[in-house]
Amino acid sequence: MTAFFTIIILVFIGVAIWQMVKIFDLAQVGASNSQVATDKDNKLNGYLMLAFLAFIYLITIVSVVKWGDLPLLSNSASEHGPQIDNLMVISLVIIFAVQILTQFLLHWFAFKYKGEKGRKALFYADNNTLEAIWTIIPVITLAGLIIYGLFTWNSIMNVSEDEDPLVIELYAQQFNWTARYGGADNTLGKANVRLIDIDKANVLGVDEADPNAQDDIIVKELHLPKGRKVLFKMRSQDVLHSAYMPHFRAQMNCVPGMITQFAFTPTVTTAEMRQNQDIIEKVEHINEIRVENSKELVASGEEALERYEFDYLLLCNKICGKSHYNMQMKIVVETEEEFQAWLKEQKEFKDSLNK
Amino acid sequence: MSTHADTHAHDDHGHHHKETFVTKYIFSQDHKMIAKQYLITGTIMGVVGIIMSLLFRMQIAWPEEPNVIFEALLGKWAPEGVMDADIYLALVTIHGTIMVFFVLTAGLSGTFSNLLIPLQIGARDMASGFLNMVSYWLFFLSSVIMVISLFVQTGPAAAGWTIYPPLSALPLAQPGSGAGMTLWLVSMAIFIASSLLGSLNYIVTVINLRTKGMSMTRLPLTIWAFFVTAIIGVVSFPVLLSAALLLIMDRSFGTSFFLSDIFIQGEVLHYQGGSPVLFEHLFWFLGHPEVYIVLLPALGITSEIIATNSRKPIFGYRAMVASILAIAFLSTIVWGHHMFVSGMNPFLGSVFTFTTLLIAIPSAVKAFNYITTLWKGNLQLNPAMLFSIGLVSTFITGGLTGIILGDSALDINVHDTYFVVAHFHLVMGISALYGMFAGIYHWYPKMFGRMLNKNLGYIHFWVTAICAYGVFFPMHFIGMAGLPRRYYTNSNFPLFDDLANVNVVITVFALVGAAFQLVFLYNFFSSIFFGKKAEQNPWKSNTLEWTTPVEHIHGNWPGAIPHVHRWAYDYSKPGHEADFVPQNIPLMDGEEELQH
Repeated sequence: MTAFFTIIILVFIGVAIWQMVKIFDLAQVGASNSQVATDKDNKLNGYLMLAFLAFIYLITIVSVVKWGDLPLLSNSASEHGPQIDNLMVISLVIIFAVQILTQFLLHWFAFKYKGEKGRKALFYADNNTLEAIWTIIPVITLAGLIIYGLFTWNSIMNVSEDEDPLVIELYAQQFNWTARYGGADNTLGKANVRLIDIDKANVLGVDEADPNAQDDIIVKELHLPKGRKVLFKMRSQDVLHSAYMPHFRAQMNCVPGMITQFAFTPTVTTAEMRQNQDIIEKVEHINEIRVENSKELVASGEEALERYEFDYLLLCNKICGKSHYNMQMKIVVETEEEFQAWLKEQKEFKDSLNK
Repeated sequence: MSTHADTHAHDDHGHHHKETFVTKYIFSQDHKMIAKQYLITGTIMGVVGIIMSLLFRMQIAWPEEPNVIFEALLGKWAPEGVMDADIYLALVTIHGTIMVFFVLTAGLSGTFSNLLIPLQIGARDMASGFLNMVSYWLFFLSSVIMVISLFVQTGPAAAGWTIYPPLSALPLAQPGSGAGMTLWLVSMAIFIASSLLGSLNYIVTVINLRTKGMSMTRLPLTIWAFFVTAIIGVVSFPVLLSAALLLIMDRSFGTSFFLSDIFIQGEVLHYQGGSPVLFEHLFWFLGHPEVYIVLLPALGITSEIIATNSRKPIFGYRAMVASILAIAFLSTIVWGHHMFVSGMNPFLGSVFTFTTLLIAIPSAVKAFNYITTLWKGNLQLNPAMLFSIGLVSTFITGGLTGIILGDSALDINVHDTYFVVAHFHLVMGISALYGMFAGIYHWYPKMFGRMLNKNLGYIHFWVTAICAYGVFFPMHFIGMAGLPRRYYTNSNFPLFDDLANVNVVITVFALVGAAFQLVFLYNFFSSIFFGKKAEQNPWKSNTLEWTTPVEHIHGNWPGAIPHVHRWAYDYSKPGHEADFVPQNIPLMDGEEELQH
């Protein structure tokens, strides 16, 4: 059906273009048209410049109002999240201010000074003061942004081992994620893809002889305790992947042959986030859309879509092959007690191997 | 061929060589013909690249729905009209490759550097007409190989235009990394050779063949832009060539430059000790300057067109040159901002954040100087002028978001999302494309001796301008909502269900915008034969190319090469009757040349 509409639209556009071409061709018969803009052209296009300015403002307003309500930008679930969000908001405000002002000047001048026969432009080639002004203002603004940005970046990226973070390995492969916890000793056993033994179910290549590895816990769902620093050690077995956890403002590539890392402290449990007013509204809105979409599906004999419930997610954000678009893992943030209880239920590495 | 190998050498004029069809239209060594060859090849590649983007845009808007267009164009890659996920990635990859390299590098620089450098500096031809011809034909060969790669059994390269290994190195990782990737690498290696020959030629020509009086400080800004672009190309393209060669070694000869510790499809591969991060460094060492290789010529063209059509000198000529040089220098030391989350040392991230945000300063100077050039002008709103103003508009809109992406702390959360797609399409894609269109509308009379239809040009501009914003502006917002790019469909994430309608809006704008490029193609091709005959200097411009006859001749000027007595921007100069004073007009008694 969509394809049909697409074609119809394309055909109509084709006809419209053809018509316009014809009209313009007819209009030019016999006229002494040099194809250089006349005063009439200047006037028309000058007004269109104003209209276009209005269009830019309009699309900005529409985008902000319709799609600018971004729970992802305002309800971070990690300790460093608000820092990033603050910096983001400051940057956005500056950008919008500069954008609105410069676009106004550009299009307003294009309208105001549209050409007229006989008028002479002002010969104005240079002004050092002006140029100094618009060099120095960006310098000061950017200096501020750079300093703020670098402080934020350094505080996020510098992980000190003194904080005794919970160490978790994120293991990427085409096209799924696995997580490995250090167990009671909070120390990950050594691992290398050369030790992978599918028959024994040692899919991460954990060193079976390493004493630290024995109590490691390997799972397909990422559980994090609230309020404790988590240090992710990331590996990939095949191609580049990127562990993207947008709710936590966290991202790091997983690179075959090396271990990369990223650390953050979750601050909001999944249960708490589901009670957040913004998230409730967003989820409700999504479910309305899903109900609407389900009608079509049911009509064509397929199953209706499941109701959506909010969950934190880990997405792959580096092109990794055919099923890149579906490489995800659920993240559950819970209280320390819930987390410990969950951890106890999981099998330790030494018990998970096939003998 | 050899009869006119040294056209610039003979200053005796009026020579007309006997030319066969082959030497005139195919293996031509005349820079004007080579420019047209670049333009036509680039246009054809552009059509291919844009059609690809429409295909994957339709998939994103209406995921996994059968579409007869897919069935017709993709064949076995769209069984029953449903696009395959592998070919989706291939379309994204080849779209990027074609648009960045074949259209906006070769198509833009190749066309206008070739056309304008000899004409605007007052030279009979390029320093080496032969190298120039070889450069074009290598480009043609690489285009043919790239197009052939679309038809191999396992599909074209599909690892993204950045072809990060190991994905691009291992046919086991995706089918596109088989023969398709081999052809991609071969094509790009030839492309780089072509680009280097071209760039060397441009540099040598600008340094050596300027006419008497054409000092560097009197060069039109177009030439400054082309000159600096060529230098960036010579500095950075060889690094991509080495990356491509090392990748070929890894793929075909079992070396481990970029690969280590890989387990795929049930087996451990032998690679050890290499690093994909090394490839990222090598790739972006070209990849980022490449942005400016694409953008600077467009800005140069815009400077020239805005000054001419404002009937005013470009504001702050010296600052414009300085900012071109500053941008060029900075562009070579910022590549790491593509790699903030690649696993490289966070301290490096700090350094690259610093250098990256510095680029905003010369960029801001350029934008404000353009705006000031319009102020109190007498604007002739020709289609070329509209595209130039449009360029400044998208350059600002797209450039501003660079402040976010260049900031490592903020990049963490928007890296590789649609926010990035919006940013670079506006600031380099659309801006450079506008620059190319502006150049075509402005210099069409010089290239073909005929005028483009202005009304069709107006329709073309206004619809394109609206659609460009319609496509790329909303993308910022779905990016800030966390939607990753290069996803075949978003339907596996209920989280993003509320963004589905935005994607439909974007695709509709894209379809309409692309359809109106047909207006341009019609105008372009029909005007070659039926366009209104051009006058010698239709835009009343100061630069030397408009002192040559409308009909193309070898050696460009029938008589002696004109001497230059002033800079290129004496528009509306007090004391002169006309509102322009071409560069070859001597200073009047008592007239002073502007100190610039």
